Amino acid sequence: MPKRTDIRKILIIGSGPIVIGQACEFDYSGTQACKALRQEGFEIVLLNSNPATIMTDPEFADRTYIEPITVEVLDRILEREKPDAILPTLGGQTALNVAVKAHDEGVLKRHKVKLIGANEEAIRKAEDRELFKKAMEKIGLEVPRSDKAYTLKEARAIVERLGFPVIIRPSFTLGGTGGGIAYNWEEFDEIAQRGLSLSMINEILIEESVIGWKEFELEVMRDLKDNVVIICSIENFDPMGIHTGDSITVAPAQTLTDKEYQRMRDAAIACIREIGVETGGSNIQFAVNPEDGRMVIIEMNPRVSRSSALASKATGFPIAKIAAKLAVGYTLDEIPNDITKKTPASFEPVIDYCVVKIPRWAFEKFPQADSTLTTQMKSVGEVMAIGRTFKEALQKGLRSLEIGRSGLGYDGKETERSVSDEELRKKLIIPNGDRIFYIKEALRRGMDIDEIYELTRVDKWFLAQINQIVIFAEELRQKYSYNLFSQKGEGPPYEVLYKAKQYGFSDRQLAHILGKDEDEIRRWREDKNLQCVYKLVDTCAAEFEAYTPYYYSTYERENEARHTKKKKIAILGGGPNRIGQGIEFDYCCVHAVFALRELGYETIMINSNPETVSTDYDTADKLYFEPLTKEDVLNIIHQERPEGIIVQFGGQTPLNLSVPLREAGVNILGTSADSIDRAEDRRRFKQLLEKLDIHQPPNGTATNLEEAKRIAHEIGYPVLLRPSYVLGGRAMEIVYDDEDLERFMKYAVQASEEHPVLIDKYLEDSIEVDVDMIADGRIQIIGGVMEHIEEAGVHSGDSAMVLPPYSLPDEIVDKIKQYTIAMARELNIVGLMNVQYAVKEDTIYVLEVNPRASRTIPFVSKAIGVPLAKLAAKIMAGERLKTLGFTKEVDPGYIAVKESVFPFNRFPGVDIILGPEMKSTGEVMGIDTDFGKAYLKSQIAAGQNLPTQGQVFVSVKNKDKRKIVFIAKRLKDLGFSLVATSGTAKVLKKHGVSVRTIYKIQEGRPNVLDLMKNREIQLIINTPSGKVSREHEVKIRSHAVQYGIPIVTTIPGAQATVNALESLLGEQFSVKSLQEYHREMKGVDYARVTRGRNDSA
Amino acid sequence: MKAILVLEDGSYFEGRAFGYSGEKFGEVVFNTSITGYQEILTDPSYKGQIVCMTYPHIGNYGVNSEDIEFAHPQVEGFVVRELSPLVSNWRAEEDLDSYLEKYKITGIEGVDTRELTRKIRIKGAMRGGISSVDLNPKSLLERVLQSPQMVGRNLACEVSCTQPYYFQEEGEVEIAVWDCGVKKSILQMLAKNNCRVKVYPVHSSGEDILKDKPQGLLVSNGPGDPAAVIHVITELKKLLGKLPIFGICLGHQILGLALGGKTYKLKFGHHGGNHPVKDLNTGKIDITAQNHGFCVDPDSISDCCQITHINLYDKTLEGFRHKKMPIMAVQYHPEAGPGPNDAKHIFKEFVDMVKNNA
Repeated sequence: MPKRTDIRKILIIGSGPIVIGQACEFDYSGTQACKALRQEGFEIVLLNSNPATIMTDPEFADRTYIEPITVEVLDRILEREKPDAILPTLGGQTALNVAVKAHDEGVLKRHKVKLIGANEEAIRKAEDRELFKKAMEKIGLEVPRSDKAYTLKEARAIVERLGFPVIIRPSFTLGGTGGGIAYNWEEFDEIAQRGLSLSMINEILIEESVIGWKEFELEVMRDLKDNVVIICSIENFDPMGIHTGDSITVAPAQTLTDKEYQRMRDAAIACIREIGVETGGSNIQFAVNPEDGRMVIIEMNPRVSRSSALASKATGFPIAKIAAKLAVGYTLDEIPNDITKKTPASFEPVIDYCVVKIPRWAFEKFPQADSTLTTQMKSVGEVMAIGRTFKEALQKGLRSLEIGRSGLGYDGKETERSVSDEELRKKLIIPNGDRIFYIKEALRRGMDIDEIYELTRVDKWFLAQINQIVIFAEELRQKYSYNLFSQKGEGPPYEVLYKAKQYGFSDRQLAHILGKDEDEIRRWREDKNLQCVYKLVDTCAAEFEAYTPYYYSTYERENEARHTKKKKIAILGGGPNRIGQGIEFDYCCVHAVFALRELGYETIMINSNPETVSTDYDTADKLYFEPLTKEDVLNIIHQERPEGIIVQFGGQTPLNLSVPLREAGVNILGTSADSIDRAEDRRRFKQLLEKLDIHQPPNGTATNLEEAKRIAHEIGYPVLLRPSYVLGGRAMEIVYDDEDLERFMKYAVQASEEHPVLIDKYLEDSIEVDVDMIADGRIQIIGGVMEHIEEAGVHSGDSAMVLPPYSLPDEIVDKIKQYTIAMARELNIVGLMNVQYAVKEDTIYVLEVNPRASRTIPFVSKAIGVPLAKLAAKIMAGERLKTLGFTKEVDPGYIAVKESVFPFNRFPGVDIILGPEMKSTGEVMGIDTDFGKAYLKSQIAAGQNLPTQGQVFVSVKNKDKRKIVFIAKRLKDLGFSLVATSGTAKVLKKHGVSVRTIYKIQEGRPNVLDLMKNREIQLIINTPSGKVSREHEVKIRSHAVQYGIPIVTTIPGAQATVNALESLLGEQFSVKSLQEYHREMKGVDYARVTRGRNDSA
Repeated sequence: MKAILVLEDGSYFEGRAFGYSGEKFGEVVFNTSITGYQEILTDPSYKGQIVCMTYPHIGNYGVNSEDIEFAHPQVEGFVVRELSPLVSNWRAEEDLDSYLEKYKITGIEGVDTRELTRKIRIKGAMRGGISSVDLNPKSLLERVLQSPQMVGRNLACEVSCTQPYYFQEEGEVEIAVWDCGVKKSILQMLAKNNCRVKVYPVHSSGEDILKDKPQGLLVSNGPGDPAAVIHVITELKKLLGKLPIFGICLGHQILGLALGGKTYKLKFGHHGGNHPVKDLNTGKIDITAQNHGFCVDPDSISDCCQITHINLYDKTLEGFRHKKMPIMAVQYHPEAGPGPNDAKHIFKEFVDMVKNNA
């Protein structure tokens, strides 16, 4: 069936900000869809609030709306654009939800627009548990016994019937938000209540427990002619009861016979047909009882998902791209398989390797959070690794995680070795993010596989594989360790080392086991000519020739890497998403690839994150899906011999490799190593600032407590403390007195000569500013100056930011620009540089200079209409800004606000207060003509349901009480009534603001929690009272998150919120595409700057 | 214990022996199915062949007594990347290693199976030998070169039953199965479609079959070169037009030859469970199980037959129907075992053809 001709213009909905459960996999799917459909000649309109995405780059759609993803916005876009169809299946749950809501509210009908891919009926049938259950029963498939409830009473009655344990699943939420497993009434009541409130339709499902069963997923595709294919089977290492996003998963399924696999396949096909997903991809989950093979269907996602991104990367079959083409009428046999070119997409990929996905958690950021893994997803990112065997893939995956591990233990970081046997058993029974290491440890201690299976319900096949790793490592240590025998000579024989490499051991692990250092192991290998080979991911297990150079390393005989004679540049990606290192860096890497391809280089992408656009096989000329470690990267360099390598764009992960790579003789492009050192070395940086006469907050470096105290007294409290060896705000803290300082020095860090603690004067109530700049060694151009809304001390990754600055006087802004350029000139920056400043009482202090791509690059690029990362990559390859056409700073003429999005709803009970430690997972952008409107958009996009009327609860610390008066008055003027506890109320009344006084939590009832639960509070302004928040404050704040009540925790935030409320109550806000904004902007010839549209767009 | 695999081009792979310690020769083919090694091992169509599994982890779910296509394994040798150290499945009764040992099948593990697969893809299927007794590639190569070629080899007689028997005695329609190495799944599919199933040895004559008055005939799958199964081709010619006939795989090829067509050898064959086959009448695509090294030349039968199915990978012939007589055939394996169940409807189509003929 050829392409539909009744459709010309298609609206694609993106997934919004990165949150837990929805990460950059939807940028990957959305970008693929935009590209595929534009190639087919469709006009594409895009809605997505996330500026850090590739899909929202203006050249990926005809009209790009960076606006909140709400029905109101959708309505307005439909009004303006009048598309023929909406494709809602590529933007995660967010896109599906808004599409269904728009349908229910009659918006789709009014604009005569249809959903393609999956219609509202199919979406509902898949998402509504009751309808789903009925549908599955109709086609003879078993589902776990269950019932749904709308009240706690109903819920309890169901549990009486089913018995404990039960699984609670709220309907219509993201990634299982609010779900959980309950083993007793107390847990049940808590989870059920939370679920009821989080569900969009106040509905929860209570389900028979299949905890401990084997979990499988199939990725299914269907076309309009009802052809159905399975793209990939996935077996979860972790059994049922752990969200698949939090499970280690393995492709293909390992422990099903063909009969059992085909039964599952038949069920999946029947399921997609019955649900009625017309075209595209779906993910279907099954549970299998390991005792008797009873199979139940768990759920179906009628859209592409995290798993489909994984399946695409695991097989080489681009699910989202094909899904987009199927949605517009093509059938599978009409679409060629890109990789083999000669065969069609109507087939089922087979693989001849093993793929392991491992989640990356960020519990270190949320120490109070419960780190037990349940049916509610908690991980923030993931890595994928490919090996010829599970063992190899698992070890490669573990060393890709950026958690300091070099594989499955044997790396000198084995905290699991120090736990007692009793503790170890507990770690096996209660699922946690480190369980894989505890399993290894249990095997090492000689616990048998059957016992570990009983405790973990991890399939024995996996346990046996791990056991092989353990047995081998122990043998290696006993026979060849230099520590044990202080042998001389060449180390273990070739065959032993070869087997070690086949088992996935890194050089670092071998070094640790053998008592050598990493470089020595490398030399041994080189001497023995023991090198890895590269094999292709080709969708067909080598049955056909593959044309796409998508590689993974392994230790085998044949090397399939092809030699090319083009000039090559390698780009190092960012590894797994985690807090502080997210999609922004992948965005930059992808731009670097685009830019260098435009310049005619062969680009080589190296990355381990399956969610990303960078690991799409058609982004770079060559893709190496590999861990970003020194060993793995050097192996690729050895194979490819590129002219240079770019480490500037992938965030901290590749930067950490720059020193070892440079030492190994790799040519690192961009700003020189010496300049980077001058910016990063405290002493040299101080000299540089002195030379340029630029201020810095008073600071010092301490290697012990006494020294720290002395410095703190010298510069005066409060001071900002941080260990020198971690970035992204890890373990950063503001301390106000000696007591705090002592606690920090004792427990938070272990200072030493090698790892001193950095101490900075904390500039209270100062305004923080971020500047992104680009330079080619000759000229330096400001990309953008962003004023933070929250005061300095809140991590720059967590602050809301405004471009251009909205409150700073022009002289200050000008001076900031001058400083920036002066520093860039002095450092001879080639590429990007980011500077953070604090402005206090008209004095400008430099907080930090980072000579590389920053988190704000995508936001700034979109705000000013200039792709900074792309330009920077070209500069690094030798181009000049002048020839690239970017010689003047851009004043956009409108206001762009970046707001951060936090995962607090996943971590009940965790305090949401912002500080020097970054906690946000994603960002949104609001653009409009004035600050209030732009800020309002950013708040709506971030999920703050700002009210138009009702009661505002105000409770602020003493220091803020004066400042709150004006805010309170404005709220009154806007028609809100105020509620406050005694202290704040007293101040407000004194200033003539009428306010209802209520009890503090500890005073009596009704208190604010009662009002919140009764939905009598529509907005909360609560600033923390001190360094260590009082328990009841934390309660208020975490309840606000739970009940979805907007909450503001800083005074500047409150002021901005009032501006937003004024806009909300004023005229309706309008929507406008990025292309229109950019066209209206003066002084930029966007087309010239991007040098025409990039070829792949 | 060490083992070695030598190909007729002189290249060789070293690995570890498993299963039966010994020496085996055969045509080396690769199979891309991720699951289903037990069905593959026992499929009589693999007689005379050494099978290399492209998926690296083999043996994970062990062996059971249900998932077999024949009472014992039929392959000559088995090549895998890694044999599972442990069996994990609720139906498993035995591990693969001891199963192969019991039935005297020699296996080799630790081979770069992808390299081997690529070699076969590029150079075509080759003769080879696995040995755990002679690890000298040169002397083994000599014996490989002495082993028989696949072209011209009649292997059906080696795997067929020797006496007629009923697979299922009850049923609505009586189907005769000409056993050239029939898979159990084919017989089961007929039984499932309410057929009374009687199986005849390959050496049966047309009259032997006709005298039992079956309502339909199925010419089964089987190993080797179809053109070498002259007896069946000759006898089958006598039956054309006398009753509805259905050919599967080797049966498809034999039918093609009986109808005056030609067969040829594919470079490396189709062995896997993911091949898209398009029904040219409906436009529908079934993902199919495949296992064949020979193919019918569609032009050679186009006068009398309508091409009903093609393989979307390489456009080779996957099925035809006679324009006048009730004769149908498919090259792929609609019975699956191993592989997808997409095409099982073909059996019903055959049974319907038989019923309509009555």
